[in-house]
Amino acid sequence: MMKSLPITIDSVRKTYGSYVALDDVSLDIRAGEFLTLLGPSGSGKTTLLMALAGFVRPDSGRLSLDDRDITRLAPNKRDIGIVFQNYALFPHMSVLANVEYPLVLRKTPKAEARQRALDTLARVKLDGLAERNIAALSGGQRQRVALARAIVFEPRVMLMDEPLSALDKNLRETMQYEIRRLHDDLGITTIYVTHDQREALIMSDRVAVMNSGRIQQIDTPQRIYNHPSTRFVAEFMGEANIIAPGLVRRIDGADASSEALMIRAESFHLDAKLVGRDGVALEGTLRAKAFRGENWLLTLALDGGQEILVCIPAALATGCAELATGQRLTAYAPAAKVHAIPGARA
Amino acid sequence: MLEAYPDNRLARILLWSFCALVMAFLILPTLVVVPLSFSASNLLEFPPRAYSLRWYEAFFGSATWMAALRTSLILGTLTAMIAVPLGLLACISMNRLGGKAAVAIQGVLLTPSIVPGILLAIGLFFVLAAQRLVGTLFGVLVGHVVLAIPVACIVLLPALARFDWNQVQAARSLGANWARAIGGIIVPQLQISLLSATLMAFLTSLDESVISIFVASGQNSTLPKLMFLSLRDQIDPTIAAISTLWTVIVVAVVLIVTLRQKS
Repeated sequence: MMKSLPITIDSVRKTYGSYVALDDVSLDIRAGEFLTLLGPSGSGKTTLLMALAGFVRPDSGRLSLDDRDITRLAPNKRDIGIVFQNYALFPHMSVLANVEYPLVLRKTPKAEARQRALDTLARVKLDGLAERNIAALSGGQRQRVALARAIVFEPRVMLMDEPLSALDKNLRETMQYEIRRLHDDLGITTIYVTHDQREALIMSDRVAVMNSGRIQQIDTPQRIYNHPSTRFVAEFMGEANIIAPGLVRRIDGADASSEALMIRAESFHLDAKLVGRDGVALEGTLRAKAFRGENWLLTLALDGGQEILVCIPAALATGCAELATGQRLTAYAPAAKVHAIPGARA
Repeated sequence: MLEAYPDNRLARILLWSFCALVMAFLILPTLVVVPLSFSASNLLEFPPRAYSLRWYEAFFGSATWMAALRTSLILGTLTAMIAVPLGLLACISMNRLGGKAAVAIQGVLLTPSIVPGILLAIGLFFVLAAQRLVGTLFGVLVGHVVLAIPVACIVLLPALARFDWNQVQAARSLGANWARAIGGIIVPQLQISLLSATLMAFLTSLDESVISIFVASGQNSTLPKLMFLSLRDQIDPTIAAISTLWTVIVVAVVLIVTLRQKS
């Protein structure tokens, strides 16, 4: 196993004219951790990754790798493996030459470089393709070559910039598990950038949700999903309903929260018996319904006018097909799935 | 273009005739010198009344002409060797810089190809005179490099615009310094454009006469300069022989390069 290193990002700021790409971002990444930077486009996640890679120079702040300041270190001296969104393979070289490239630069003896490149190709399941041209590879195979090239020189940190966004859905899911497995085998500190919430939840030890150049919340996938600290995180992580205090009624009649509440669409039930006495109920009119295969998505207009999304698993939705738009409906949610968001207005 | 009129015979015939006419206007004046060069007469006359190889003998037998030929070939080679790497680096910086700054630099860099040659030559003459470089091979070389850089850039800029810069970043992250990233990743992939740029820079120098007339002197005279001077002093068919040889050489070089690109 390679020696992996912790990363410290300390008040890093980057502006382009009046546009603030990174707004005093601070973040500690543990040695060997798999951390995902998650956010919409323009949130600063790629800028932060490129600053770590050495291609973006921060206006202020400090980047350190195991207490060593790398803020101004040239990219070629950082020993960081990077997988680019478009893979950035060298089309004028064979698969083997691509993977050998970092070793050749490090003056590794020829036979050893070749052996290590072949071993790494086998590790990413590309045995037998060493002599191929890059142009002759499929998207998934290119992805694997990019991975092999980024780990063959045993970097201490790996950065991945939306590496799976060009692949189709099935391949993407396979690669998610494989990349995570590779990380676990190598134990290498990994920073992964994506705008795909599911991907972030599936792959990461911790997720840092970014928006407008700031980190909104950094937590484990479970906490990010179930206990979002801001409205942005709540809505970005899934079909979240943020409901004004007055519209929610406790089933047992007790006083409901005076704060805005976040209830995910899939937390709702249409059957009060499935929810405890301390759960909440929301009444409204059915506006729209859609069958999505594994579940039904209902749009409910509350009496205050606010619309909420209710997602009922197909197995529990025996009556959903008969529901007619315009009819009255009550949705119930268990207390454990009702999360107060301080300061958020509905 | 012709595929747009697959069925209309008249349109096709008209189009082909028009193309043939344009080609004739472009090529025939160049070809007129060929029969002239084989004339036995002392004067440039068309069509020649008798044929001989005497003007080719005159050319190859003259130490002055041979020296000028050598100077021109050396200058062309050096110009290409200097202008193309400089042009490549300039294009890389413009490509990376982007925005208004890049447009401004591109404008400045391309001026030598827009400004009338005579103005450039006069300016260069004074600059070189101040450095006591008038009449030296180096002086002419400077002039030719200045002219060849924009030519190289015009070929290289669009090629770089299509280049995937992530590859350079990938190379850098894998441990390559700038020189290795340019030499190992950019240059091999821009081979064809670099070859074209080299050829264009070489031909720019080979063809250039105004700067050479102002700056070159004596044994550093280039072939075009000597041709102009000899045209002024006496009109004899040696010029036609040189022009013919010149055309054959240039066509051969362009053909070789084009065919190599195809294969």
